[in-house]
Amino acid sequence: MNVLLVLIPVSLVLAACGLIAFIWSLRSHQYDDLDGDAWRILVEDEDAP
Amino acid sequence: MTATAPIVACPGCVAIPSDDSGPETSGGLSLHLPGIHCAACIGTVERGLSLMPGVKSARVNLSRKRVVVDAPGVPIDDIVQRLAGLGYEAQPLDALMMSAVEGDAEGRRLLTRLAVAGFAMMNVMLFSVAVWSGAAEATRVLFHWLSALIAVPTLIYSAQVFFGSAWQALRVGRLNMDVPISLAIILACGMSVYETAQGSEQVYFDAALSLTFFLLVGRYLDHRTRLAARSAAQELSALELPWATRVTPQGPQTVAISTLAPGDYVIVASGMRTPVDGDVIKGETQMDRSLLTGESLAVEVGPGARLAAGEVNLGAPITMRATAVGEDTTLRRMIAMVETAEGARNRYTALADRAAQIYAPLVHVLALVTFAGWFMATGEVARSLNIAIAVLIITCPCALGLAVPAVMTAATGRLFRMGLLVKDATAIERLAEVDTVIFDKTGTLTEGHARFDASALPKATQAVLAALVRQSQHPVSVAIASALRPDIEEAALTEVQEIAGKGIVAKWHGQDVRLGRGDWLGAAGSPALQIGQETPVVLSMSEVLREGAREAVDGLRAQGLNVALLSGDTGVPVQIVARALEISDAQSDLSPDQKCDRIRDLTAQGKRVLMVGDGLNDTAALALAHASISPASALDASRAASDVVLLGRGLQDVPLAVTLSKSARRRVLENFGIAASYNMVAVPLAIAGLATPLTAAIAMSLSSITVLLNALRLRAVK
Repeated sequence: MNVLLVLIPVSLVLAACGLIAFIWSLRSHQYDDLDGDAWRILVEDEDAP
Repeated sequence: MTATAPIVACPGCVAIPSDDSGPETSGGLSLHLPGIHCAACIGTVERGLSLMPGVKSARVNLSRKRVVVDAPGVPIDDIVQRLAGLGYEAQPLDALMMSAVEGDAEGRRLLTRLAVAGFAMMNVMLFSVAVWSGAAEATRVLFHWLSALIAVPTLIYSAQVFFGSAWQALRVGRLNMDVPISLAIILACGMSVYETAQGSEQVYFDAALSLTFFLLVGRYLDHRTRLAARSAAQELSALELPWATRVTPQGPQTVAISTLAPGDYVIVASGMRTPVDGDVIKGETQMDRSLLTGESLAVEVGPGARLAAGEVNLGAPITMRATAVGEDTTLRRMIAMVETAEGARNRYTALADRAAQIYAPLVHVLALVTFAGWFMATGEVARSLNIAIAVLIITCPCALGLAVPAVMTAATGRLFRMGLLVKDATAIERLAEVDTVIFDKTGTLTEGHARFDASALPKATQAVLAALVRQSQHPVSVAIASALRPDIEEAALTEVQEIAGKGIVAKWHGQDVRLGRGDWLGAAGSPALQIGQETPVVLSMSEVLREGAREAVDGLRAQGLNVALLSGDTGVPVQIVARALEISDAQSDLSPDQKCDRIRDLTAQGKRVLMVGDGLNDTAALALAHASISPASALDASRAASDVVLLGRGLQDVPLAVTLSKSARRRVLENFGIAASYNMVAVPLAIAGLATPLTAAIAMSLSSITVLLNALRLRAVK
């Protein structure tokens, strides 16, 4: 059962990574304009080399 | 859409002054762009604006159909003009007003709490599954401690929403739904920590967390609905541009309406709304008063005529002297009347709150009785407390917290796709209760402007008429011209002469032909046509029914609702519309006060009235009625006072809105029933001391999921 001592922290850290990634995306306004971002990917980027 | 598209904030109400550029922007500026819809639009707008001198950045938000421009010192009108050049109609939004909606910091905070609660719930559930399936003593204690480690900080952070609102209610000596919720969460958490320290099996961390999670889902949905409602309301009021053109010794100047004083001279350009009450000093024109009085025909005004704020100038520019400004204008007094009426409606208690007022005391009494019973029977404080807390957790109004928001979100979403914007959070509940529908006529059941039916006139008369109306720009002439068949050959007229305030006269085959006011020609009504010395013919101007008006009236009647017509217009036009729609209960010549009185009478008789109207004369009635709907073409004040705005042109969706609201209400009640029946099974178990953390978790998740699925059934309503 000693494997638990490794696996539990690993699973918690992994899940926490997901949580932190979500909170980061929320804070950086990535959910503010879902329709616009879906279209923006189709716009030619003029600054690109 | 062309580059020369007129830039009018709202058709027929506010025109942007073309000679003056308005106040300068102070940095961030929001503009509403109703016309953007795809990637090309985003590119055109952003590129077009960023090439403008002085513009630092421009960012389009397609979901909100809005662009935020960072351009310190650039006048708003330059930006609007630039956008018009790019082919987009733009309406500046009041930056201060919009910032509250734009950021939605509250929504982000709720989502963060929700995410943290979800993360913690899933992890603790994993530990709990191991414990339920029979983990050995040492593992169980370890898992309980780990659960406590995750759950306690999460609950302190995520459940703050409920604690805060419960505390606010308790401070003023009231009970809301958050009181039993907070109590259940705090007690479950506290007891579980104690039990963990004792090494016992009864630990409720998973239940407390899933409770928090599901309730936060409900809270977030509720917030989204309210935000959509609020942003709709603010967007509507932000469209009114608060500027007027004042005459000063230095020439005309654009100033804020709030700086005008009685005695100031104000220019009202063609297509603009009068900003203040006042007298006409210079110029002759026609004013559209339909939004104020419900009159469907434009009124001739000249020097000396009294104007009220809010009338639209249809003809040449006029100069007026302000007699009442700010709070004293007719418009403002009307708005004050509306606010009073709205205050009365705000006392409506939402279904969820009514349920909570019964439910919360019941739950607390039940838990207390359980504790007392077990304490008397066994004498063990810890055990009795344990069971009482289990009762509180099981009865926690999780489904109540989710039942209403889930249904309301589904219903408002469904209505929005049909073109009905729900502005008020409790609108759907109130709409479901109506049994009487009152329609306004002008602008609601009819298109608002009169139309002329020429088919009854002889061909020769039509030819003369066609030639006469061509010579005049008078709104009535324009209306007649548009109604005549285009293939009519115009008669050859000579010596055409327009007589201001009377009509138009010309020579045809050697005799005088006249078109003009009835009293000028000696006819019974206006406008009239006279050929030579014949008896003048009154040209009947009839109103065109709005698209879907018949379907709306028939559909509402088919649902068993009473339909009535209350209008400020005169008797004959009202009777024509009433007969066309087979409405037996029609009243004409009503003042705004009389409309309100009628609604008060009906309310006193126990009726729940739905008011459908658009004019300023309906505004107080809209606010006073149990529920109200206004078309998108309505005056801002009316749209602000109503619960639902019809975005499309037709009225045909009104009956469906009522049907949908009724089924939404039914869903909410069903959800309460589902939650209650789960409790009926689980509560006796809990009182008997047989509830385990597993039964609590199952009962809670099952009832929450059933309630959500039941709410989704609304999408199928026909």
